[in-house]
Amino acid sequence: MKKLTSRIDKERLLLGIAAPLLALVAAIVVTTVVILATGKNPGDAFSDMLTYGTASDSQVYILNKATTYYLAGVAVAIGFRMNLFNIGVDGQYRLAAFFAAVLGGALTVPGWIAVPLMIICAMGVGAVWAGIAGILKVTRGVSEVISTIMLNSIATAIIAYLLQPGKLAELQSGGTVVSTKPLPQDSWFFSFDTGAAGVLWGFIVIAVIVGVAYWFVLGRTRFGFDLRTVGQSETAAAASGVSVKRMIATSMVISGAVAGLIGMPTLLNDSHQFSNDFPSGIGFTGIAIALLGRNSPIGIALGALLWGFLERTTNHLEFQGYDKEILGVIQGVIVLCVVIAYEVVRRYGLKRQQQRVGAELAAQAAARTEKQEVA
Amino acid sequence: MKILYGMQQPDEGTITVNGERIAFHTPADAIARGIGMVHQHFMLADNLTVLENVVLGAEKLYGIGAKARTKIKEISDAYGLNVRPDVLMEELGVADRQRVEILKVLYRGAKILILDEPTAVLVPQEVDALFDNLRELKAEGLTVIFISHKLGEVLSVADEITVIRRGTTVGTVEPGSTTSKQLAELMVGSELPTPETEESTVTDVPLLKVEGLHLSQTDLDGIERIILDEISFTIHKGEVLGIAGVEGNGQSELVEAIMGIRNPDAGVISLDDTDISHAPTRRRREAGVGYIPEDRHRHGLLLEAPLWENRILGHVTERPNSRGGLLDLKAARADTERIISAYDVRTPGIEVTAGSLSGGNQQKLIVGREMSHRPKLLIAAHPTRGVDVGAQAAIWDHIREARREGLAVLLISADLDELIGLSDTLRVMYRGRLVADADPATITPEELGSAMTGAATGHLEHAEDDDR
Repeated sequence: MKKLTSRIDKERLLLGIAAPLLALVAAIVVTTVVILATGKNPGDAFSDMLTYGTASDSQVYILNKATTYYLAGVAVAIGFRMNLFNIGVDGQYRLAAFFAAVLGGALTVPGWIAVPLMIICAMGVGAVWAGIAGILKVTRGVSEVISTIMLNSIATAIIAYLLQPGKLAELQSGGTVVSTKPLPQDSWFFSFDTGAAGVLWGFIVIAVIVGVAYWFVLGRTRFGFDLRTVGQSETAAAASGVSVKRMIATSMVISGAVAGLIGMPTLLNDSHQFSNDFPSGIGFTGIAIALLGRNSPIGIALGALLWGFLERTTNHLEFQGYDKEILGVIQGVIVLCVVIAYEVVRRYGLKRQQQRVGAELAAQAAARTEKQEVA
Repeated sequence: MKILYGMQQPDEGTITVNGERIAFHTPADAIARGIGMVHQHFMLADNLTVLENVVLGAEKLYGIGAKARTKIKEISDAYGLNVRPDVLMEELGVADRQRVEILKVLYRGAKILILDEPTAVLVPQEVDALFDNLRELKAEGLTVIFISHKLGEVLSVADEITVIRRGTTVGTVEPGSTTSKQLAELMVGSELPTPETEESTVTDVPLLKVEGLHLSQTDLDGIERIILDEISFTIHKGEVLGIAGVEGNGQSELVEAIMGIRNPDAGVISLDDTDISHAPTRRRREAGVGYIPEDRHRHGLLLEAPLWENRILGHVTERPNSRGGLLDLKAARADTERIISAYDVRTPGIEVTAGSLSGGNQQKLIVGREMSHRPKLLIAAHPTRGVDVGAQAAIWDHIREARREGLAVLLISADLDELIGLSDTLRVMYRGRLVADADPATITPEELGSAMTGAATGHLEHAEDDDR
C-alpha cells in the first residue's frame, strides 16, 4: 500500500514537471522555425542567449526583474486559486506605486519609518482598488474580469490626471520629465552591491517573504484551506460552511494588496520617483507567470526567473542582428503551450490515477479471495 | 456501460454486436451500431418542445418539421410511449421525461437500449408503467440492458440477469429460478442486508424543531414561486424521521435551509433549543449537524483533492483537523487512515484523489467523516444512492448504530424500502408541503407512492380501513 502511494506521488511530481518542460521544448522548436524563417542561424542565437544570460551582470539584472515579476505572479495566483481572474493587477500596482511615491516624497520622517509607511500605503491602495471589483462581484454579480479591466483604465486616467505639475507632480530639472517628488535618499530601500555585476535590489528579500507567506497561508492555515476549497468547488465549499461571498471579497483584497507591492522594488530600489515612464503592463506579465508556475510558490519563482532571462537575452540578440520581436514570439508560445500542456497532463494524470486505483483494488480483491480459498 | 456506449475505451476484451466484433471510439460509433443509452440524469432542454428535444442533434435523419413529427408519432404509437410532440418539456413530469429520453434513443434507430438506474426517480406506479413500455419494446424485437440496484425490479422485468461486483461478472442467472435473496447474496458476496431497524430508540427529548418554515424564490420571469410552505416537524434524540416524496418537491431546499445554505423567509429552526434559523453553515456544523449531501460530487467532495483534504472538508475548524487557525496535517492524515479502515473505504491510500474512488467508497468516506465528529443531528439525503449493496448495508449499520446512541436523523430518500426500513416516523412531501404522515411499521411502498403523487393526504392508514 505504502509503495503505491509513493509511486503515485512520484508520478504526480513527474507529471508536474512534464508540463512546463513540454511547453519549453515546444517553444524552442517554434522559435527555431521562426528564426530560420528570417534566414538566420538559430543555433548561434541560442548559444548567445545562454552565454550572455549566465554572465554575472545578467544574473543580477535577471534577479532584479524576477523580484518584480514574482510579486506580480503571486498577486495573480491568489486570484487563480479562487477561480478569480484578477486582470486588474496592472491598474492596482500602478495606482499603488503612484500614491506610495507621492507619500514618500511628502514625508519628512526618517527612512526606517518612511519605507514601511510607503509599503503599507501601496498595499492599502492596491487592496482598495481590487476590493472595488470584489464588492461589485459579491453584491451585484459583476464579473471580476470586466470590472478589473475597466478599473485598469480608470487607474490610468487617474494617474494621468494627478501626474501633472501643480497637482501631485512636478517638472523635473531637465524640463522634459514630469514625476512625483523624488524620494529622499534616506527613504531608499537597502540593496546589495555586487561590484562589477551591478546592484542587487534588496526588495528580493520581501519577495521571498511573500512567497513563504503565500505557501504557508494556503497550505497550512484554515483560511487557506477555505480559499482552496472555494477555488475547487463553490458548491462543496458552501455546503462545508465557507461563506463563498466573503471569501471572494477577501481574496480579491489580498490579491490587490500583494499587487500593491509590485511597483515597490522599482520605486524604492531603482527609480525613486513615479514618472511617465514607470514600467506598466507587469500585471499582464504576472498572469503569464502565474500560469507558467501553476500557482505554486516555487513554480512562480522559476517562471519569473525565466521571464527575466528571456528579456535580458533577447535584448542582447537585437545587437547581434536578430529581430527583437523574437521575445514576444517566445513568450507567447510558452504561455500558449503551457496552458495546453497543463490541461493535457492534468487529464492524463487523473485518468491514470483512476486506472491505477482500479487495478490495485482488483489485485487486492483477487488476493483476498485466494486467501479465502486456501483457508 | 460507458465502454458499451463508446465513452471509454476498454484495455482488453471484445464487444460483439450481431455476431460482429467491433470497437467503439465515440458515442457516435455506438449510435451508428444501434446502441442507445438513457442516462440516469436526463439530458433535455426545458425550454424546448418534445419534438425539438428529440430532433436536436439528429436533424439529418428526418428533418425538423412534419416528417419528424410523423416519425415521432409512429414510434410513440408502436411502443405505447404516449408522447405528445408539441408540449414544452418543462410541463412534463419525471416519468414523461423519461419516456421522451427513450423515444429520443429509438428515434436515432437504436435496437439495443441501455437504461441506467431508470427507476431511481420514479414512484412505484410509474415504475410499473415503465416496465409495461419495456415489455412492449421487447415484444417488438428490441434488446434492453437494464441496470439497477433494486433487485425486485430486475427480477420482475429481466429475462436474464448478470451480476457485476467490483468490476467483474460474478454470475448470470435466470429470474425464474432465483429469488431476490439469492441475487442479493451474489451481489454482496455474503448474506442479505435489510434496512429494518430492530427496537425503537426514540426518546422524548426534542433535538431539531422546525416550525412554519417558508421559502419562496422569484424566478427570471418575476413570478414568485413557493418552494417550501408551512413546514413543521420535530425530531427527537434517537429518532429517524424519513421524508418521502418525488424528487423536486422541495426536499433539497428543505435540507439546504436546515444546513444554512439557503435563508428561509419565515419560520424557526432550532437545534437543542437554540435558534439557528439564520446562523451560518459553519456554526451549525460546529454545533453538531452532520450532512450527507444528495449530490456528493457537487456538495460533499473535492474531486481533485486527495482523500485527507476531503476528510478536512466541512470540519476545518474542528479537531483533529486544526488547532487554532492552523491546519494539523499530520493529525488529519492519521485520522483519514483511521476512517478508511473503520469504514472500509477501499482505496490504495490517502493521497489518491477522491474522484478516483468508486461512488460507494466516496460515500463511505463521507459517512465516516460526518460520523467522526459525533453529530447530534445527521441530515442524510439519499445516503445510499448509486452505492453498491455492500456499502449500502454498511451505511445503514452506521446510521442505526449512531441512532442507538441518541443521534437524530433526517432521512430523505427516493428508495421507499430504505425509508420504511430505517425511519421511526414518516412524512410525505408534495409541492413544498408535508402533506401526509405514516407509520413505517405498517405502510407499504405502494401506499406511500400514492401520497407522493398528491393522490392521498393526511394520516395514511394501511389497507382496507383507509377511508380518507
